[in-house]
Formats: sequence, C-alpha cells, structure tokens
Amino acid sequence: MTLHFSRQGEDEIVGYRVKEASPMAERIYQIWIEAPHVARNARAGQFLVIRIDEKGERIPLTISAVKGDLVRVIFMAVGKTTYQLATLVAGDEIRDVAGPLGKPSEIGHFGHCVIVGGGAGIACCPIIARAAKAAGNRVTGIIGARSAGFLILEEEMGETCDELFVATDDGTKGHHGFAADVLKQVIGKERPDRVWIIGPAIMMKVTSEVTRAAGIPTLVSLNPIMVDGTGMCGSCRVVVGGETRFACVDGPEFDAHKVDFDTLMARQKTYLEEEKLALERFSSHRCGCGGRDHHG
Amino acid sequence: MGERPADERVRDFSEVDTGLSAEEAVTEAQRCLQCKKPSCVKGCPVEIDIPAFIARIAEGDFAGAAQVIKENNLLPAICGRVCPQEVQCEGQCILGLKEVPVRIGELERFVADHERKTGSRLPPKAEPTGKKVAVVGSGPAGLTAAAELARLGHSVVLFESLHEPGGVLMYGIPGFRLPKEVVRAEIDQLRGMGVTILTNHLVGTSVPVSELLSYDAVFLGCGAGLPHFMGIPGENLNGVYSANEFLTRVNLMHADRFPEFDTPVRHAGRVVVVGGGNVAMDAARVARRLGARTTLVYRRRKEDLPARRAEIARAEEEGVTFIFCASPVRILGEQCVTGVECERMEMCATDASGRPEPVPVEGSRFVIDADMCIQAIGQGPNPLLVRMLPGIRTGRRGNVIVDEEGRTDLGKVFAAGDIATGAATVILAMGGAKRAARAIDRMLRNS
Ligand SMILES: Cc1cc2nc3c(=O)[nH]c(=O)nc-3n(C[C@H](O)[C@H](O)[C@H](O)COP(=O)(O)OP(=O)(O)OC[C@H]3O[C@@H](n4cnc5c(N)ncnc54)[C@H](O)[C@@H]3O)c2cc1C
Ligand SMILES: Cc1cc2nc3c(=O)[nH]c(=O)nc-3n(C[C@H](O)[C@H](O)[C@H](O)COP(=O)(O)OP(=O)(O)OC[C@H]3O[C@@H](n4cnc5c(N)ncnc54)[C@H](O)[C@@H]3O)c2cc1C
Ligand code: SF4
Ligand code: SF4
Ligand code: FES
Repeated sequence: MTLHFSRQGEDEIVGYRVKEASPMAERIYQIWIEAPHVARNARAGQFLVIRIDEKGERIPLTISAVKGDLVRVIFMAVGKTTYQLATLVAGDEIRDVAGPLGKPSEIGHFGHCVIVGGGAGIACCPIIARAAKAAGNRVTGIIGARSAGFLILEEEMGETCDELFVATDDGTKGHHGFAADVLKQVIGKERPDRVWIIGPAIMMKVTSEVTRAAGIPTLVSLNPIMVDGTGMCGSCRVVVGGETRFACVDGPEFDAHKVDFDTLMARQKTYLEEEKLALERFSSHRCGCGGRDHHG
Repeated sequence: MGERPADERVRDFSEVDTGLSAEEAVTEAQRCLQCKKPSCVKGCPVEIDIPAFIARIAEGDFAGAAQVIKENNLLPAICGRVCPQEVQCEGQCILGLKEVPVRIGELERFVADHERKTGSRLPPKAEPTGKKVAVVGSGPAGLTAAAELARLGHSVVLFESLHEPGGVLMYGIPGFRLPKEVVRAEIDQLRGMGVTILTNHLVGTSVPVSELLSYDAVFLGCGAGLPHFMGIPGENLNGVYSANEFLTRVNLMHADRFPEFDTPVRHAGRVVVVGGGNVAMDAARVARRLGARTTLVYRRRKEDLPARRAEIARAEEEGVTFIFCASPVRILGEQCVTGVECERMEMCATDASGRPEPVPVEGSRFVIDADMCIQAIGQGPNPLLVRMLPGIRTGRRGNVIVDEEGRTDLGKVFAAGDIATGAATVILAMGGAKRAARAIDRMLRNS
C-alpha cells in the first residue's frame, strides 16, 4: 500500500486569521489576530513574532491587548514588512504567529507607577498600565508623539490611568515638548516608585536620564533586530551593565540605567541599505501582490 | 558516488554530493560480506539491520530495502547524508580492516531517495494506547521520539517554536549538504503516522509548564541552540554574527535570495569564520556561496580540526583559506567590522583531554581585513524551558542530566539529544531519543 498524505495534519494550524484591522493614526495601525496559543498565555510586557507569508521576515511586535482568543498588535509602518502588514484586512491570514515571547513585566505593589510611551511605543503601555493598576498601584500615564496626528491610545490610557498627560513635539496637542519634560514635572509633584519608558531607542535614552538623576527604578523595553525571538541566534544581543544579554529571552525589559543605548542604536542600523531596497521594491508594486507575484 | 566540481557548486546551494546510481548501488551492495555477526550494526545507534537492507539492494529490491531501514529509522535520507559514518557504522565494517568499508551511508541515502521518488510507505502502527505524549522540539531527537512513540500506538503532539520543524536540520545544516525538500519529505511521514506538529509553539510560554506536565509523558528534545560568543572587544559591531544567526538567515529564511525573500544578510567581500567544527565549515562554505573571500581561523593545528574530513576537504576545494594556530583577540571597526586582530598560538603542554593546549605567542598579533566575522565556537544547551522546570537536574554546562534511558529526575519527563549530551551529532540524538521512547512506552504500559 502506498500512502499519500497532506503536508498538514488535521489539528495543525495553517495560518492565523486577522479578525479586525484598522488605521489608528498617521502610519500607525492595529490588527487583532486569532492566535489562541498566544492569547491564552500572554502577559504584560511580552511580544510575539509574525511572518506574514512564505517569503516573509520574522518581525517582533509587542502584545498590546488580549480578548479571548485574539491578540492585538499596534505597529508603525516603517519598512517592507510593516507596510505589507498594513495592507491586511479582516479575513486575511498571517502565515505564522509565535509567542508569547520574552519575560513578562515584573509587576508588584510598588505604590506609584509612571508609564511613559513614545510614538509606536505607546502600543505597549495600556497592557502594563492595566496590570499595574490591578496590582493596586496608582498609575500615571505619559504619552508623547511627534505631532497630534501620530498620537494613539489616548482614550484607552485615559480610562486605565489615574492621571494621563499628553505631549507633542510640535505642540499640536497637550504639552509642547517631550514626554521627558512632563516626566520631570510628575517626579517633582509625586515621586514615582517605578517608571516604565517605552519608545524609540533615542527617546528611551534621553527620558531615562530624568529618572537616573532622581534614583528611581526604571525599566525600558528594548527593540533590537531579532530573528527567532527564542534565544537561538544572538542577533538581539544588547549590552546591559557591561554584560551581553539576549533581549528576546533575558528581556525585552531591562534596567534603563544600565543599558548601553548607543550600541543598541548602532546595531539597529545593520540592514539600512537592504531595508531601503526592500521597501522600494514593495512600494513600486501597489497592486496588493506584495511586490511578489510578478517576480520570479 | 558523484560530486559536483568545486567551481560549479560554489555558485549555488544545490547538493554537492550527487549520490549513487542504481547500478553503482547494486555493485556497492554486492561488496558486503553479509556477516553473520555484523559489526557494522554495533556502530549504528538506531540499530538498522544493515546487512539485511544491503542484501535487498544487491537483489535490486530497493523498496524492500527501504522497508527494512524504516523498521528502525524514519529519517534515512537525512542520516545517509549527515551521519559521521566513518566513526559509526562504516567505522565498524569488517571490510574496513583491509580495504574500504562498504559505503553504508551512501546506500542508505540511495534507498531513501529512491523511495521518495517512487512513493513512501509507512511502517505499521501498534493499536492505540490512549496515552498522550508531548514532545518538545522537532530536531532529530524530537522527530525520532515522536515517530517511535506514534509507531508504538501513543498519541503524540510535537511542539516546535520555529515556523518550520526540523531543528538544526532545517536552520543549521545548509541545503548543499542536506536539501530542505529531503528534510520536509521525511518529516511529512510523521504527519502520515498521525503525529500532530504544532509549530510557533514555544513550550514554557505558548504551552505553560503546568499544561506540559499534564501529558502522560514528556520528551525534551530542545537541542543545544544557545550560541556562544568569544567575549572579545568589538563583538557587537555590525557584521559580527553567531554561526546560528548567519546560517538561520540563509538556510531557514533564505537571505541568499533577498529581496525575493524579505530577510537580509549583510553582504561582505571578506569574511572571517572562527572555529573548526562542522558548524564552522558550514558557515565558511555558505559565505563562499554568497561570494565572499573567506578565511577560517582555528586555534589548533589542521590535524586537530573536529570537523568531518570530507567536509574540510570540500571547504578547501571551494576556496576557503585556513589559518591554523591563531585566535582572534579583538574585532576592529567603528560601527561595522573592518578587520579581525588575531594572535598566533603555540601548541604546548597537553590539557586534561590529552590534546596539546594552544598558548598565545607574545608579540605575534596580526590583522585580517574583513567586513564580517562569524563566530562558530560552539553552542550550549537551550536553557529556556529547562530553567522553568522545577527540580530538574542539570550539569555544569546546562545539559539535562539523564540516565541510560533518557530519564530525568522528574518522573515522567525524559530527554535526549543535544539538550542532554551538549552539542553532538544527529545520529547520537536519534539513538538517545529511541531509547527514551522505548522507556516511555514501558512506563506508559505499566501505569
Ligand atoms: C520586542 C520588540 C517589540 C516590538 N514591538 C513593536 C510594536 O509593538 N510596534 C511597532 O511598531 N514596532 C515594534 N517593534 C519594532 C518592529 O519589530 C520593527 O519596526 C519591524 O521589525 C520593522 O520591520 P519592517 O520590515 O517593516 O522594517 P525594516 O525595513 O526592517 O526597517 C525599517 C526601519 O525601521 C527600523 N527598525 C528595524 N527594526 C527595528 C526595531 N526592531 N526597532 C526599531 N526600529 C527598527 C530600521 O532601522 C529602519 O530604519 C518591536 C521590536 C521588538 C524587538
Ligand atoms: C551548522 C551545523 C552543522 C551540523 N552538521 C552535522 C553533521 O554533519 N552531522 C551530524 O551528525 N551532526 C551535525 N550537527 C549537529 C546536529 O545537528 C545536532 O547534534 C542535532 O541536530 C541535535 O538534535 P536535537 O534534536 O537534540 O536538537 P536540535 O536539532 O537543535 O533541535 C531542537 C529543536 O527544539 C526547538 N526548541 C527548543 N526549545 C523549545 C521549546 N521550549 N519549545 C518548542 N521548541 C523548542 C528548537 O527550535 C529546535 O528546532 C551540526 C550542527 C550544526 C549547528
Ligand atoms: S543511521 Fe547512520 S550510523 Fe546508522 S546505518 Fe545509517 S548512516 Fe550508519
Ligand atoms: S560489517 Fe561490513 S561487510 Fe559485514 S555485514 Fe556489515 S557492512 Fe556488510
Ligand atoms: S532574536 Fe535570536 S536570540 Fe534573540
């Protein structure tokens, strides 16, 4: 007897369905993905890795909310993969979703927690804010963006936090200036017991100087380039307290005052040329084929 | 056995070794003495009845030969290609005493390739036992344990954190030694045997430990995937890779075909690979195929290289330059790698293992110009899940401590392969997994 069998057994997962997809702000999108294995076990501070299709790259995105079997990710379109992700609509399938990955945020009863989000980094804030709140903390939120058009999750953060501040670089909404300025004011009024700062590397570097001077325990969520996200390749290595750590398994959250941000920022630039090429190739094909079907 | 010429094969990722023709296979099989007490079998950790399958080949019954092999090994096309036969089956073949041993690996590969082209048949399965076993990791250890347990009638779920099963077979060993469609086809047989393969599941997080321990038995085949770095200055410059990252980008993510595939790898004119094992050879040969002038730096002598002889010869033929008795002390560059500073080593007094110990030579530093440095100095057992298992005993290097049959200190948890032995070989992982699967079977039947 010769047996023929399919590539995929009955219980096996072939793809993960997009349940909802919508733009949130300029170049920022949210999608809800059906991924029970991630949703059931996800905790604040963890991330997932997606690969959109057979030819796709594995990219890490923070888990920003969970509802039943669904997980939400919020992302800024910056390159090929995130632009392609932005074209997905409800009903589409993502080939691979792995997670939850990374260590969850350490949340305890600290007293006063401040959560600072910058740009797409705000995506990570509500889930941490909710966890901190549930642990009995007083929670202050500070969210900042380049301009009002880039601001996200104001309502959601407003509902969760005891107090929420908004800052924009150009003054189109809230405080005119950086989130770091607002953080200084908050510290002046009521000294926090714990601070989270999540955003672009340069924003985390600058903002964590504010709490260093005041000696306040501060965490940042690092975003180096990753491949597997499971501790197997070392692409995500960062320098913390003079030691090499793997952000995907030892982090992504680390003590802000020990992080070598300059090395992080330098390593993020490893593939600048290739990223540019991939994006150009993708955007010259706006027909929805993902720049692929016409190529060999 | 055919081998494609070096100047041709170094331009692509197709298989180097072209295998035996049917006539060659039959002729080779006829060399076997059909020993009554075959010593070759002692060298095969999965106990293939070697003379029996070779006899079928000699008779031209290739399908029959495949059936014999599959009674003990569901991954023959893989083993035939990557087993270090010279120290396993062929190393024990009686003919090797006087002349060349029977090319058992090539014959096994021939039979498996022949079967793949003509239609696979699966080994028979025992009656369902109603017991559920979780297998963690889909490298050779996990695949073997899953196949054996499924054959014995247990219901098996195989968890893999990556998007594609296979472990090192998929992400580490390059396609020119082990074509990925060969690996996929052999893994497909497990699906045919009813094994559920859940990719994208990292056990420990996607599957919490409490859920894992709710299975009737657990097999750990998490491998040794933790890359080691040398710990020298300049290691975080752009262009410094672990061999795992470099090979994963190319083998699993197809960075060699960027931008058709989205994952990039840096393009380097000059690459320095550090190390001397199979992993270093693979990294160097992949770098050559990406068009780089490639230098391999090893701290001991040529005769000390731990890689397989055949692969060292092939790397040389493909234009890899070797520098022996040298070791990097610093990687140079501002933001990107511009060179690797090395120092000469002298072979002095022997170390505990009896090998001469390399000792740095004062004032012997020299620089190799390079824009990429790949570190292939070893991998440690994957600590992620093991750290989460309360009470499991581990050795100094983080390997899980097991008995002869793969039993850990946690009652129903077994382990084999690189997670238990530290980085070793495909066939040792498979042999260990098979013993563990049988022990699991006995445990489940007695409970
Ligand atoms: C743990 C973790 C969690 C993350 N969570 C989110 C999230 O919730 N939302 C979100 O929008 N992004 C998040 N990121 C960043 C996200 O992974 C990158 O934006 C994405 O990989 C870019 O892929 P691309 O192909 O679209 O762009 P690419 O073509 O790869 O890059 C385009 C540009 O983005 C920059 N870039 C690339 N990778 C990163 C990175 N890892 N971090 C910062 N900049 C990068 C590059 O320097 C380049 O300028 C996270 C990263 C990590 C490591
Ligand atoms: C580049 C390279 C070349 C090699 N060449 C040869 C050769 O020619 N011949 C030879 O015999 N040996 C070779 N080896 C060694 C051989 O590949 C390994 O000894 C063998 O693969 C070990 O098998 P394993 O099943 O124990 O682990 P692996 O093959 O490492 O597989 C482990 C799997 O478990 C997964 N995993 C880990 N943790 C979890 C978790 N918590 N949840 C879910 N999944 C998890 C990993 O993603 C991985 O897929 C080579 C190794 C490398 C790296
Ligand atoms: S599995 Fe490996 S050791 Fe066993 S017969 Fe085949 S090649 Fe030899
Ligand atoms: S030892 Fe060699 S000659 Fe004897 S049965 Fe095995 S393969 Fe044949
Ligand atoms: S992403 Fe590979 S080790 Fe962290």
